[in-house]
Amino acid sequence: MQAHEKITRALRAANDAGRTGLVPFITAGYPDPEKFIETLASIAAVSDVVELGVPFSDPMADGMTIQRSSFKAIENGVTLKWIFDSLQKSHAKIDAPLVMMSYLNPLLAYGLDRLAESSLKTGVCGFIVPDLPFEESEELRNALEAKGVGLIQLVTPATPETRLKKLAGASKGFLYAVTITGITGGGNGLPAGLAEYLDKVSGLSSLPVCAGFGIREAKDVANVGKHAAGAIVGSALVEVLERGEDAAAFLQSLRK
Amino acid sequence: MKSELTAADKERLMRASIRGELPDKRGRFGPFGGRYVPETLVPAFESLEAGIAKHLHSDEFQTAYRRELREWVGRPTALTFAPRLSERWGTEVWLKREDLAHTGAHKINNAIGQALLAKRLGAKRVIAETGAGQHGVASAAACARVGLPCRVYMGAVDIERQAPNVDRMNRLGAEVFPVESGDKTLRAAIDEALREWVSDPSGIYYLLGSAVGAHPYPYLVRELQSVIGAEARQQMIDFAGGLPDVAFACVGGGSNAIGLFYPMLGDDIELIGVEAGGTGSGLGQNAATLATGTPGVLQGSYSIILQDSDGNVQETHSISAGLDYSGVGPEHALLQAVGRVTYVAASDNEALEALEELCETEGILTALETAHAYAAAKKWSKENPGKRVLIGNSGRGDKDMPTLNKIPPRTIRHAGA
Repeated sequence: MQAHEKITRALRAANDAGRTGLVPFITAGYPDPEKFIETLASIAAVSDVVELGVPFSDPMADGMTIQRSSFKAIENGVTLKWIFDSLQKSHAKIDAPLVMMSYLNPLLAYGLDRLAESSLKTGVCGFIVPDLPFEESEELRNALEAKGVGLIQLVTPATPETRLKKLAGASKGFLYAVTITGITGGGNGLPAGLAEYLDKVSGLSSLPVCAGFGIREAKDVANVGKHAAGAIVGSALVEVLERGEDAAAFLQSLRK
Repeated sequence: MKSELTAADKERLMRASIRGELPDKRGRFGPFGGRYVPETLVPAFESLEAGIAKHLHSDEFQTAYRRELREWVGRPTALTFAPRLSERWGTEVWLKREDLAHTGAHKINNAIGQALLAKRLGAKRVIAETGAGQHGVASAAACARVGLPCRVYMGAVDIERQAPNVDRMNRLGAEVFPVESGDKTLRAAIDEALREWVSDPSGIYYLLGSAVGAHPYPYLVRELQSVIGAEARQQMIDFAGGLPDVAFACVGGGSNAIGLFYPMLGDDIELIGVEAGGTGSGLGQNAATLATGTPGVLQGSYSIILQDSDGNVQETHSISAGLDYSGVGPEHALLQAVGRVTYVAASDNEALEALEELCETEGILTALETAHAYAAAKKWSKENPGKRVLIGNSGRGDKDMPTLNKIPPRTIRHAGA
């Protein structure tokens, strides 16, 4: 099985068990690099797929919460290389497939030629690159797919239908449906018309669709779960980490 | 991504550059450029590109744009011979006076052009970023002129050091939005403007101020700023007796430099871009991107950027807010790679000295950004006596008084000197 198929399988397994797939996002090494693996393992134990954020100096698609966590992690020395090294050294049992969320420049700096190999060694099955539209993605896609690692495409409410079909066809692992027209961490809740939008995206995608942005509470997960395979929870979880609270307990509360 | 070019690549790209064939359909200047933006913005960029194709070179738009340049901006700006500076330097020095354009810098050429475009594209409001405040002021003025609301994102650090421009923007009816994230300078302001654009991609027009960012901005800004070089070239022929041997322009993002250089790429003129050398050559001490940077993607395009080995973009230092930027326009990255333009750096102190010398000799208070070009031109003049030198005097220095007031004036040398 190719690495990206593990992502798809995990989400389908959740749906088959009658659950909405839960995909938490954490900024790697935040708030404390020493506790990275411990935090990741506890989150992974209650999730279907885990999204690991690679901190970057210019997170242009992210709101204040993830910006803060990203800058803090950089200050604490968290880099892509550090993340791979930490994952490789760890003996923790992490079953959930990992997906990395990184802006393009840290990936270029790491080297596209060794990215897929490092991913395979560390359980990273896919990448989400928020500043890499499909038209510019060929080089990274080829480098990843040669080793079976997926490049997950994003679609948004602003994406026209013809483009949506193209992106759905190109995605690997799952298709990321951004719920709002905006950045991460918006406080305005989920938009009207969400059901129709997610139904349309799910109808066009042969892969599971995961909805992200603005999902903060159990009712959001339940709401999204009626129209998509999975729910991505980012800023709300990072806020829990910021406050030093129990991340796994928070995630479990979202299932209720 | 590969940015190394073979000799054959360089020759081909140099020819394509001179013929005006770049950027290509994918928004590339050779390996540089492109469009690295969040998916939410892709349709907005596509409609901007379509709007530019429809309007920018249409008779209707060009007539309106030319008229605004003539009647409102005050173009053509003067070409000024600098006799006392020439005598000191031993070269024949000519200045292209963008400081005389409305609002005091070249930024207005781009701002009014894009404001006219925004109007034609049906935008409901305009956002812009600013470093030194010159683009913010120009955007505020241009939006008032065409009747569009304008919000300007400005780093908190820059708000402090360019206070007069903040007041001007407010007076001109723009809302100045302080950016407290990131490095609190131009780069953070661009990040914040992009975030706002993502929230309303169809209602907002993003009036980007430099030849940076994702395609089509580097192209659009170049087209609107090329009036500088086109005028200067003709004025040199008409008033200076011929083309210059060399032309200097300061480079932050690079809009005034590309505007001056682009119409001269095919001429036998040495072109020199001058970046901010700050206080030293170490990472974080300067903003000399092309001199010390490496290829990477920042804020939408693949270009040369100041970054560490993990790909995090580095903070910069320059005494001039307008040059204090970790990236540079992708066309400059190409012009350096093919060897058509040379990029050098001038330090904070060299720029300050040059600023004072120009004040004393020609009665022109130039912008701190622009002063970097003078510093490099002075050095070059020492080694090339008798040559004809053109300097892009991109803006005036009134806005820099808060910075200049902190520095004790040099010894007054007039008496008996």
